[in-house]
Amino acid sequence: MPRELADFNLDEERVAFRDTLRRFVEEALPMTAVRGVIDSGVAFERDVWTRACDELGLAGIAIDEADGGQGFGAKELAIALGELGRGLAPLPLLASAGLAARVVAAVLGRGKAGEWLGPVAAGEIATLAWLEAGGDWDPAATALEVEGQGAGVRLRGEKHFVLDAPQAERIFVVARAPGSHCDEGLGLFAVEREAAGLSIHAQEGLDPTRSLARVVFDGAPARPVGEAGAAGPGIRRGLEEASALLAAEMVGGFQQVLETAVAYAAERHQFSRPIGSFQAIKHKCADMLIGFEGARTASDAAIVAIDEDDPDRAELAMVAKAHVGPAYVRAAIENMQIHGGVGYTWEYDAHLYYRRAVSSGALLGDATFHQDALVRRIAARRASTTTGATPAQGGRR
Amino acid sequence: MRRADTAEEAAFRAEVRSWLEANAPAWAGQAGPAVLDHSVEAERAQWKRAQEWQRTKYDGGWAAITWPREHGGRGGTPVQALIFAEEQARFGIPGSFIDAFLGMIGPALIRFGTDEQKARYLPPMLRGDELWCQLFSEPEAGSDLAAVRTRGRVEGDELVIDGQKVWTTSAQYADKGFIVCRTNPDVPKHAGITFALIDMHQPGIEVRPLVTVRGDRHFNEVFLSNVRTELSNVVNGIDRGWPVTTFVLMNEGAFIGTNDQGRTSAEDLVAEAAASGRLEDAVVRQRLGVACVRDRVLGLLRDRLKDALLDGRAPDVDGSVLKILSAEWGHDKAATAVWLQGASGLLAGGDAPQGGLWQDQLLSRGSTSVGGGTLEVHRNGLGERALGLPREPRFDRDVPFKALKISS
Repeated sequence: MPRELADFNLDEERVAFRDTLRRFVEEALPMTAVRGVIDSGVAFERDVWTRACDELGLAGIAIDEADGGQGFGAKELAIALGELGRGLAPLPLLASAGLAARVVAAVLGRGKAGEWLGPVAAGEIATLAWLEAGGDWDPAATALEVEGQGAGVRLRGEKHFVLDAPQAERIFVVARAPGSHCDEGLGLFAVEREAAGLSIHAQEGLDPTRSLARVVFDGAPARPVGEAGAAGPGIRRGLEEASALLAAEMVGGFQQVLETAVAYAAERHQFSRPIGSFQAIKHKCADMLIGFEGARTASDAAIVAIDEDDPDRAELAMVAKAHVGPAYVRAAIENMQIHGGVGYTWEYDAHLYYRRAVSSGALLGDATFHQDALVRRIAARRASTTTGATPAQGGRR
Repeated sequence: MRRADTAEEAAFRAEVRSWLEANAPAWAGQAGPAVLDHSVEAERAQWKRAQEWQRTKYDGGWAAITWPREHGGRGGTPVQALIFAEEQARFGIPGSFIDAFLGMIGPALIRFGTDEQKARYLPPMLRGDELWCQLFSEPEAGSDLAAVRTRGRVEGDELVIDGQKVWTTSAQYADKGFIVCRTNPDVPKHAGITFALIDMHQPGIEVRPLVTVRGDRHFNEVFLSNVRTELSNVVNGIDRGWPVTTFVLMNEGAFIGTNDQGRTSAEDLVAEAAASGRLEDAVVRQRLGVACVRDRVLGLLRDRLKDALLDGRAPDVDGSVLKILSAEWGHDKAATAVWLQGASGLLAGGDAPQGGLWQDQLLSRGSTSVGGGTLEVHRNGLGERALGLPREPRFDRDVPFKALKISS
């Protein structure tokens, strides 16, 4: 019988929390339900989300109490995301709590964002629109400019690859002051679902369990979140935290892939032997485990660094996002391969995890993007330690 | 992540540090380039240095921190041993092969040895007076160590040994050896093996150095002809050597898996590339980025092992994971470094950048990918031990050794 993987860095309370979530996902969103969501073309089941918020308080778990949330840490949110990732649960937790709420909190400061985060904690769905048609992960590449000034600005243009937009009550949009460049002039703006001049067009995703949309603003009214034009550092920090949280979500799916592959290798017989007794298969499984241990170690370090406000947190988030993605993709491929012919069928779930792995590996910056950012940061840090200057801020120069 | 010292550990660390400040050898901190000199003279000098340093540690009561006091150790904890190793490394004093045999044969004698064996062998081992070598592998017994063919037969009150060993580290400098030999070929292979201690300074022993791909002569072939040792030097009894052998191998794996020399970091490569302007090249950043991410992940995994040690619990990550990643990523990093040198990557030794440090590391892959168990054997272990996958069918368990098929 395959052996169970030991938990890593989880105390008893968190194990209980994890187990509660796992039961919830298995019961409320079994694979048959996930398949139903895929077939229906709806992004997710709203009533399951409502239950997740009402019964488990998921939406506000990592939002400060002063902002209307439950005040737990990134660690708890990471556990929740991991369980959703494990079941490919199509719920807007990453978009709402992992992305939009983190960016808003980072822009306004924790405890000062209740106006926006209170509703998110209560289960209203928010998302973040920062990418554009060119698909550059760096917020410095934002081209969308706001029209007007003060409280009554308008947006005209498009955002792409927006998560869970069709069901979002509110979209936080990254846009810039007219004529500004790079991080200067970046602002965060809230657009309501019912706003005039807002239209949402679903995009077909490689990962059918993750809702993506193109959002068109035709003079849509927007309210600035924080000081317009000065949101760059907060946006960066929020995206950095979201990268670490997405890595944690991927680790949940990774574990499911590893366990599925090992169970199949132990049970499937060919040549009168379990195929897992052949080194060719056993070594694939061993490599999946090696990849998994590195992935969960890197992801956990990045999450802990957020909660401890570790000065190393930016680099650890880059390391986690850069490392987890390719390792998960590799494991998802090997899982399909170990399953042989059935692994190539629509009916088996193996391809859904592969789609999720490839898609999440790219989302919020793929491995090469984060490797590049990490190297630039290390070079700046090393140069500053030799010259005695203060370390440079992250991001592209 | 790595937790902070407790008050007790901090006090211990301070004690170690002040002792090292007073007693660190003159050569501390200058170990770098000497490691790359593979001449016999340089190796002899390294041994002498290591022996002297061991003697200094012995006099200070630091020779074997985790050994019980009754056997000359400090009676300390694994955490204290880790702290001492960290502080010693901070002073630029690398570990030596003395640490390896202290960690391998020492605990085996404490666990399986007779009182007489402990009294005879442990004190000079701790003082660094007697150097040891491990006579395990044979040409036909590598990963399958229990296939050893070197014969042992009892004659009166002596064990007489004939055969050949290989990959014996430092046999040419060793005073004593621990050997596994076949004393009974009529029973299944694990049941006919004897573990014995022998004197390396006797006429029947011929040591021939093996030159490795990187040019060093740490390994040897050892030919044994009519080699004799008293039966009182047999550990755990005739034909009962296999449990002792696996115990030693377990300790060897632990030593090789955690022993990171750490002399070459990817971040240093980034700093060098930045200084030379090569970091403007996206391809350069790409390859260095891969190396930097891997360095960090490996460091985090090592912290996980150490944390378990510090908390006194079983590690929650299998040592083979670190072993495999260290070997494969270490080699890839060296390949990146040599690539980064451009045409200078054609050079080696004193003509190459940094005295050929990276070239040396590039060529030393086998020391970690084969030494201490091949990566393939470690992958088997991960599949079977960590994941619970079924073993390969075996044909050699219940068959007398003499009936087994062995190559050549």
